Amino acid sequence: MADTTLETPAVTQHPRRIRWETIGDHVVLILGSLLMMMPPLLALTTASHDAVTIHREGLQLALGDDLGKNFHAAMFEKGGFTQTVDGTLMLMNSFILGIGFAVGKIIISMMAAYAIVYFRLRFATLAFWVIFTTLLLPLEVRILPSYEAIQKLGLTNTYTGLIVPLIASATGTFFFRQFFMSVPEELAEAARIDGAGPWKFFVDILVPLSRTMIAAIFIIMFVFGWNQYLWPTLITTDESFFTLVRGIKQIVLSYTDSQIPEHGQALALAIVAMIPPVVIVVFFQNWFVKGLTESDK
Amino acid sequence: MAQVNLEGIIKVYPNGHQAVETTNFNIQDGEFVVLVGPSGCGKSTLLRMIAGLEDITEGTLKIGNRVVNDVDPADRDIAMVFQNYALYPHMTVRKNIGYGLKNRGMPAAEIDAKVQDAAKMLNLTEYLDRKPAQLSGGQRQRVAMGRAVVRDPALFLFDEPLSNLDAKLRNQMRIEIKALQRRLGTTAVYVTHDQVEAMTMADRIIVLSEGRIEQIGTPSEIYHNPASIFVASFMGAPPMNLIEAQADQGQVRINGYDGLMPAPKSVIGPVTLGIRPEDIELDSRGSVPFRVDILEELGAHRLLHGAVGGQPFTVMVGKDHSARIGETHITLKPDALRLFDVETGKVL
Amino acid sequence: MKRAGFDNIWLPVALLLPQLMIIAIFFYWPAAWALQSSFFLQDPFGFGSTFVGADNYTSLLGNNQYKRIAWFTIVFSVLVTFFSLAIALLLAVKADKVIRGAKTYRTLLMWVYAIAPPVAGFLGILFFDQSTGPMTKFFQSFGWDFKLGVDYNATATAMVIAAVWKQIPVNFIFFLSGLQSIPRSVREAAMIDNRSATGRFWQVTFPLLAPTAFFLLIINITYALFDTFGIIDALMKGEPGNNPMTLVYKVYLDGFRGNDLGGSSAQSVVLMVLVLVLTVFQFRLVERRIHYT
Repeated sequence: MADTTLETPAVTQHPRRIRWETIGDHVVLILGSLLMMMPPLLALTTASHDAVTIHREGLQLALGDDLGKNFHAAMFEKGGFTQTVDGTLMLMNSFILGIGFAVGKIIISMMAAYAIVYFRLRFATLAFWVIFTTLLLPLEVRILPSYEAIQKLGLTNTYTGLIVPLIASATGTFFFRQFFMSVPEELAEAARIDGAGPWKFFVDILVPLSRTMIAAIFIIMFVFGWNQYLWPTLITTDESFFTLVRGIKQIVLSYTDSQIPEHGQALALAIVAMIPPVVIVVFFQNWFVKGLTESDK
Repeated sequence: MAQVNLEGIIKVYPNGHQAVETTNFNIQDGEFVVLVGPSGCGKSTLLRMIAGLEDITEGTLKIGNRVVNDVDPADRDIAMVFQNYALYPHMTVRKNIGYGLKNRGMPAAEIDAKVQDAAKMLNLTEYLDRKPAQLSGGQRQRVAMGRAVVRDPALFLFDEPLSNLDAKLRNQMRIEIKALQRRLGTTAVYVTHDQVEAMTMADRIIVLSEGRIEQIGTPSEIYHNPASIFVASFMGAPPMNLIEAQADQGQVRINGYDGLMPAPKSVIGPVTLGIRPEDIELDSRGSVPFRVDILEELGAHRLLHGAVGGQPFTVMVGKDHSARIGETHITLKPDALRLFDVETGKVL
Repeated sequence: MKRAGFDNIWLPVALLLPQLMIIAIFFYWPAAWALQSSFFLQDPFGFGSTFVGADNYTSLLGNNQYKRIAWFTIVFSVLVTFFSLAIALLLAVKADKVIRGAKTYRTLLMWVYAIAPPVAGFLGILFFDQSTGPMTKFFQSFGWDFKLGVDYNATATAMVIAAVWKQIPVNFIFFLSGLQSIPRSVREAAMIDNRSATGRFWQVTFPLLAPTAFFLLIINITYALFDTFGIIDALMKGEPGNNPMTLVYKVYLDGFRGNDLGGSSAQSVVLMVLVLVLTVFQFRLVERRIHYT
């Protein structure tokens, strides 16, 4: 046919055009990755310099000599920006908040979701709405009254006051409800015929079945708890309850001081505050992504 | 082993939907009964009421002479096989099969022995330590069977257990389930929408439509003597031909033709005439003209699709028959003619 | 609810009790209290309060500073939502397309999700530092005397950039998973029907992503309104002064720094109403979403 001669150059051109397009894609992705990577990376390299250099020259691209020193000071020296706590204690508090929040939230919301989904309750719909209304109002909106409530209960500067009010939102219950709804009905029916009561079904079947979901929600909640800022800022005035993220405020304030502050140390602490949630998200990203995208649907 | 009695069973859902109208039937000890009907006919609801997964609105349900209306599913001495198998995905085959026994507090050694027996019976022995996700569809189906068999129940309940399998496996499992039930002699209630399954497996078939029983009978009775137009068109593939006709005292005339045929009953007025495709002969001297539009080759026989008096009509002929597309004539076997009331759809 | 639920009564009540108690104490009680105190004028020393009716609300709506903050909040939310969605969509489309290194790119582009907003704000301080910040120098090269914390627009720009940067990963994750859930057969059908890749994107891919985008729109507005608190607080270095701020920051400022309990409560209530409107809007979208998928 007449067309064949015309088509030939198109065929030879084809792979080349695709390759250029692919290179373009990679360029965009590399630029994007750099955009996301650079700020924390620069923070890391800068943290390896002494305070005077940082103060005078700002961010540093190259690695300096003081990385170990700055991290050591940030983690173990009392003083620096606060006089009574060191980084290790803040790190511990961050873990208590992150893990305590995640575990508490998972247990409480799993139980509630189980009750809502699997029981014939007359007030199930009511309970559902009572719980899910909380999705509407994030803690930030009702921060002042929540603080007043904690104060009246005498829970300021306690781990309970730090953790429990954060649990008072239905996100976890909502996640688990969605997941339980997607579990085939027949499983519960088969279990009933197999003689498993509601508690046995929960422990023997539903909880093991939810393992991936639990892991995913744990990661999301741990990061959420670890990264809390406003609430810990209000609830903990006693420095021995400070978390790393809460401590950032102190770091920031140190920056406004007129004399040369311990920049390297501050940066080291900020990096320590990033590491645990970043490590968890990177290493368990499949679970994390699955939990995030599936449960929100 | 047990017989099952349903007396005046009614199911009305809280939203007012009546899924099952007053239903009575008895299932004999060791009998294999199939509930068949299109989706939404109430067959699954009936089965789930027998299982105890659904409350009974009204009526009495007896399993083995014991009224079980308010008995928990676990205490009804039943086992159920689900459409999607409902295997516990995190448990091995061994644990899946043994879970019901464990919940009954049976000693571990005894459970193990019983699980082994069931596995052997179903050719699952080498898969006992696998999880359901590592099994093929047919193997999962067997595990679901094993879970039922191991309990040695009085009654097996099957809820469309084969509909997730491909055609070949379905034919094979059909035979296996039937053989197993024969061997164990356990009463079985089997729900399906597939009339082939119903025909091949059942001792007795119960045809349901819109929450009502249309007919109860052996496969042969259901096939040859359908009680209604619904049964006639639902059971059998290809279904029974149903065309409009006029009956007049022992004779019947297909609309548009003068030829009279002897009618099985003395009825007068318009009727629906039913006849199975295999009860018709191509006959150039036949009384009814038939136009063949499409010829369907099925190997063992051929189907001729066309029209009689403008109404769709199918004839089955043997594989050696030299049928051709075009006009021909047919003869209907008189004793295979069935007449149905045009209004009620019931057989006359 | 499942069709064959358990009939037990006390077990579900026991299971629900912890959640309901926490919600009652830390949600309903505070919310009711906020509503109530928004109608009172609190004595600055905490000795009592007087009922003032809707005064807190009227003074709020007549307050020019509050109007200015509300306006900034709107502009801020729109900019943050638009840029973080647009950049994330571009990156997700590319990450979905490449074969080599797809997983590495995904990791590199999403890990910032784990960084706390105030830490992001702190990084912002370094980049926008008045004398040494690289971003400051960048803007100065255009002749803009960029001074973080001094110049209103400079601070606002820094806040938007930091907030966008922090939000890109979430949007990226959702867009990528949305793209990956588009059936292969649909893409192949589109390849046969349309030879232009751009045309395919806007006519086939983007409409299929619309449900994800709608959902993300709400998520991003919520983020811009509430979760940016840490970024804003860090970038103004604890000195509100003349700096731009969002409505949530103002609630915090009046309630905790200014001790204006009634005014802060009234602001909380206004925010609650705002969120409720957003949620109703979201539910309507979700309803429509069901028809899409």
